[in-house]
Amino acid sequence: MPSNAIQMILSRQLADSLSVPVFLVDPEGNLLFYNVPAEAILGQKFEDTGPMPVGDWGTNFFPFDEDGTPIPPEGLPLVQTIHTQVPAHRTFWIKSLSGDSINISVSSIPLIGRDGDFCGAMAIFWNNKRNL
Amino acid sequence: MKVKLHGTRGSYPVSTAQNQKYGGNTPCVEVTEGRQRIIMDAGTGILGIDFGAYQDSDRIDIFLTHLHMDHIQGLAFCKPLFNPNQKIVIWGPADSEESLKTRLNRFLSPPLFPIPLRDIPSQLEICEMPNQAVEVGPFRILSEYISHPGPTLGYRVESGGKVLTYMPDHEPTIGRQGLYPEDEWVSGFDLAANADLLIHDSQYDAGEYQQKFGWGHSSLDMAVEYAERTGVKKLVLFHHDPNHSDAQLDEMFRAIVQNRSLDFSVEMAVQGAEIAV
Repeated sequence: MPSNAIQMILSRQLADSLSVPVFLVDPEGNLLFYNVPAEAILGQKFEDTGPMPVGDWGTNFFPFDEDGTPIPPEGLPLVQTIHTQVPAHRTFWIKSLSGDSINISVSSIPLIGRDGDFCGAMAIFWNNKRNL
Repeated sequence: MKVKLHGTRGSYPVSTAQNQKYGGNTPCVEVTEGRQRIIMDAGTGILGIDFGAYQDSDRIDIFLTHLHMDHIQGLAFCKPLFNPNQKIVIWGPADSEESLKTRLNRFLSPPLFPIPLRDIPSQLEICEMPNQAVEVGPFRILSEYISHPGPTLGYRVESGGKVLTYMPDHEPTIGRQGLYPEDEWVSGFDLAANADLLIHDSQYDAGEYQQKFGWGHSSLDMAVEYAERTGVKKLVLFHHDPNHSDAQLDEMFRAIVQNRSLDFSVEMAVQGAEIAV
């Protein structure tokens, strides 16, 4: 497997040092890395899963909107950023491992290198402390 | 390939009685294959190059890793730059905001230097490294951005079936204990993988590094771990801290190799040394 771009490697180092969940995806939407706080959302450890295709990670935490309608992967900010290469933000609900519904906000940004190459995206999840 | 170390010191040049063994010039490495040559970085070491020798080509190719002063400060006084018949190609990292030429011009212009870049008499061409290999004579040169403040390239030079990897300024992980377990998450891994010779940053001892996270440099331990991980055949520890005397560098080297079983050779970079690859 070829090396990741330096922007992605440094983003992982940043994510490793944060206490908020962070996801990193490549330009195809494959989940390359998620930090320890994000493991609680996915219910899996990165060291166990390794990278995951978008079809797997995008549905693992059962995202749904205010009406209870499931959000498909293409409705998630991170997937939108992959498609548009611009930042995206959305507040929605996910199912926690304990079965609670948690209201979260997700902000995603494109990772664009110094040479202008789009090398993926980063998303930060924020728990709004509204549980159902 | 032959690799000559003209400058091995990091940060700024030194010239004291305590720095004679390893040398005081800042980074510059001359790589030759037969009578063809490329030059890596243009620190004050470049002033020691005999530009009249080993030269079949009508041009001089200089590959800059980045534009920190210790890697370019010899450029302004490099004699071929003032020969109107000399073609010189300077390669270096791209940046999203300004061209390589614009950034170099900040140094090669008043008030830092009396002659603006446009008035340099040689036939000067300034090229940003592309995302693919560059071929110069027998050399095939690949580059990648690596972990160091500001746009910084590492280089992989292939010639005659041999590989030189040059990473004079590199902090592969920042304040983290050890490299990531997956190769694709190791800065510059593809450049260094299985190289016959790796020239790598080793500015600090382990204690100093604890105080200098994010400054962009490695400890000797980190360089050795990086060489082990990438499977190189020989490691040259480079970019010596200007505050380290010969005696200190001797002791740092002794500490890093004692009681350690390595399956590659390792040595300290010595100004003027020639290494056959």
